[in-house]
Amino acid sequence: MAKVLMKGNEAIALAAIKGGVDAFYGYPITPQNEVPEYLSKHLKANGKVFLQAESEVSAINMVYGAAGAGKRVMTSSSSPGIALKQEGISYIAAAELPCVIVSVMRGGPGLGGIQPSQADYYQATRGGGNGDYQLIVYAPESIQETIDIMKESFDIADYYRNPVMVLVDGLIGQMMESVDFDKPVKERFLPEKDWATNGTKNHPGKINVANSLHIDPNNLEKHNIHLQEKYNTIRKNEVRYELVNFDNPDFVIVAYGTMARICRSSIELLEKEGISVGMIRPISLFPYPKEAFTKIPNKVKGLLTCELSHGQMLDDVLIANNGKHKVGFFGRSGGMVPDPEEIVEAIKNFDERVVN
Amino acid sequence: MKKTSNVKVAGFGGQGVMMFGQVLAYSATKDDLFGLWFPSYGPETRGGTANCAVIVSDKQINSPVFKDADHLVAFNLPSLEKFRSNVVENGLILYNGSLIKDEVKEEGKLCIGVPVNDIANELGNVKVANMVMMGAYLGLTNLFSDETIEAVIKKFLGQKKADLLDINMEAIQKGKDYIKDLGVNYA
Amino acid sequence: MTVKYEKTKGLTDKPLTYCPGCTHGIVHKLIGESLVELDILDKAIGIASVGCSVFSYQFFNCDGQQAPHGRACAEATGVKRVLPDNIVFTYQGDGDLASIGIAETIHAANRGENITVIFLNNAIYGMTGGQMAPTSLIGQKTTTSQDGRNQADHGNPIKISEMFSTIEGVAYLERVSVHNPKNVIKAKKAIKKAFQYQKENRGFTMIEVLSSCPVNWGMKPVDALKWVESDMIPVYPLGVFKDKGVNDEKN
Repeated sequence: MAKVLMKGNEAIALAAIKGGVDAFYGYPITPQNEVPEYLSKHLKANGKVFLQAESEVSAINMVYGAAGAGKRVMTSSSSPGIALKQEGISYIAAAELPCVIVSVMRGGPGLGGIQPSQADYYQATRGGGNGDYQLIVYAPESIQETIDIMKESFDIADYYRNPVMVLVDGLIGQMMESVDFDKPVKERFLPEKDWATNGTKNHPGKINVANSLHIDPNNLEKHNIHLQEKYNTIRKNEVRYELVNFDNPDFVIVAYGTMARICRSSIELLEKEGISVGMIRPISLFPYPKEAFTKIPNKVKGLLTCELSHGQMLDDVLIANNGKHKVGFFGRSGGMVPDPEEIVEAIKNFDERVVN
Repeated sequence: MKKTSNVKVAGFGGQGVMMFGQVLAYSATKDDLFGLWFPSYGPETRGGTANCAVIVSDKQINSPVFKDADHLVAFNLPSLEKFRSNVVENGLILYNGSLIKDEVKEEGKLCIGVPVNDIANELGNVKVANMVMMGAYLGLTNLFSDETIEAVIKKFLGQKKADLLDINMEAIQKGKDYIKDLGVNYA
Repeated sequence: MTVKYEKTKGLTDKPLTYCPGCTHGIVHKLIGESLVELDILDKAIGIASVGCSVFSYQFFNCDGQQAPHGRACAEATGVKRVLPDNIVFTYQGDGDLASIGIAETIHAANRGENITVIFLNNAIYGMTGGQMAPTSLIGQKTTTSQDGRNQADHGNPIKISEMFSTIEGVAYLERVSVHNPKNVIKAKKAIKKAFQYQKENRGFTMIEVLSSCPVNWGMKPVDALKWVESDMIPVYPLGVFKDKGVNDEKN
């Protein structure tokens, strides 16, 4: 397949099919509607399951059911819709069921707006569901990267028996770009799903249960420790980030997704003015690429965290920085997307941006 | 060509603004360049003004948003007024001369009005006004070959509207001719 | 020596966690027996809900899932859509189904999901300690309606079977009771028929079972069973509310 021009949301849907999705359950919400629309046509045509649920709450629980049954399953939604799914997400993580959740962020809080935003970093990495659970969260910056990550996400979810969230903003969902669907995906050894609740005839002598209830505190703590060990393995193996222009930077920007892409242009503009700026671009938000911060040269004058929010990833930057450098913040929100020149100005006036 | 072209396309809903932008992005993809198209979306697109941003580049595209466009294509007066101040030095403002009667002047920028509605009406279908504009745009920028554009429009129209290919290509030619007759050189 | 009776293989050996005199155990047995008799136990996936039956996945001798409060029908839908040849059922109480999970249940029914819902109506929240349910009777004293449920504050008892009888996707819907042997036998017949219908891909089936809760009603078990007959059945009349197969049987 040669390069094609495709809308982000449709590319997410096609990449899911290429990733082997068996079932999609979702509920309409802007700006992700092209994901279910595309899948409604193409999944059914290929003998797979597409179902529009009566609510986001219901959709995520359908995902629980089908994931428990051992199938590759996904849902997609946007900010307030993901909020509604949090209960189910906690249960899915607790029951260690694999699935892929696509979150196409829009402006919040509340009903907010429908324009691009990154104000759901907390929602993705801290979670609104109850308990000590983690999603594996990827935040691609382009449609191409979204496709590559989508295709791989089903393997990663199956490998760790953990939900994977692909976190993009409305801009990635709504824009069109030239993309290539044939980039190879890393091969992983995936064990048999011998835990699937698909009837004892498939596993005689053994009853399989998808469950998050551990009424004995001893058992629940054991289960939690097991989950934490898994999250630590994920922290060890699945960190992804990119270092941009890291040769001899005066400043370092930390940004992900669309914001990182905007900052690439800012870095070019600043270079022309003789200001060298590097960038840490986290691709995995959980696990957060703390190690990238150890590669920042001592002489750097400061780190500027840039987000389409009023400072959420900033927390992780402050933790990773551990007081070493000055940390500044630049953010826009509500669907306001800055042009590269605004970040150029923020770097030039870094001192006004410092938060620590 | 210039390595990266940032294009803003704007007009009323129904004037083929989105299609204009998409044809550029599809053409870039077809020519193995990088194309990016980003629409205004949501309630504002229902019946009101429509606009989209297109980036055509021979290298990986960085920021999907830009402050000032290299080229502004304005299909009506409100769009022109909204975006005319956000065009780079030596940029191009291409506007619909059928709806914008007063001559547009911006210092340091090439401003060209083309009566695309009138030309399209002469061709018998006002809906191809956007392709007259496309012809004028290509006549000025030489971004894509006729072969590329024809293949993209053919795919765009699909089998259902295949019979409209000829009039679309004719519209593009008329737009190009109009620029040629003006004797303007831009690219 | 002939075996006159033995425990159904449809249930595990795990001791039930229900209170003395509660009728959940009877209903579990009826489900287990039906799954065995229809030879579908090894294809069955039971969805446990939140409430007293939260552990039911430990008691049914088949695969299971434990659903968040009210979401059992959504989970069952998720399973059934990807495993259409399996048998999927939910086991839900009246708080779970008739209150927090009413939307999931209505829409599963409306889609005609080919699943079986076993709905236990005991007119109270059992597990959480006897709070008012949407099914509690007018005048019924609960920990959150201590002067008795009144219509002005809380509305009337919600009649699930009557409501669901209007839904096109429902293939079979019956309200039964297990307060005496005669009714237990009827309940068994209904539950088995519901699973039979699922086997035949007829669509959504639901059996509402009137059940007793002596502990939270503050009654002795026998009195509780009497109360089902004297007070519940007049509000929740027993019978078949819908049966799409009834014409087949006549033919």
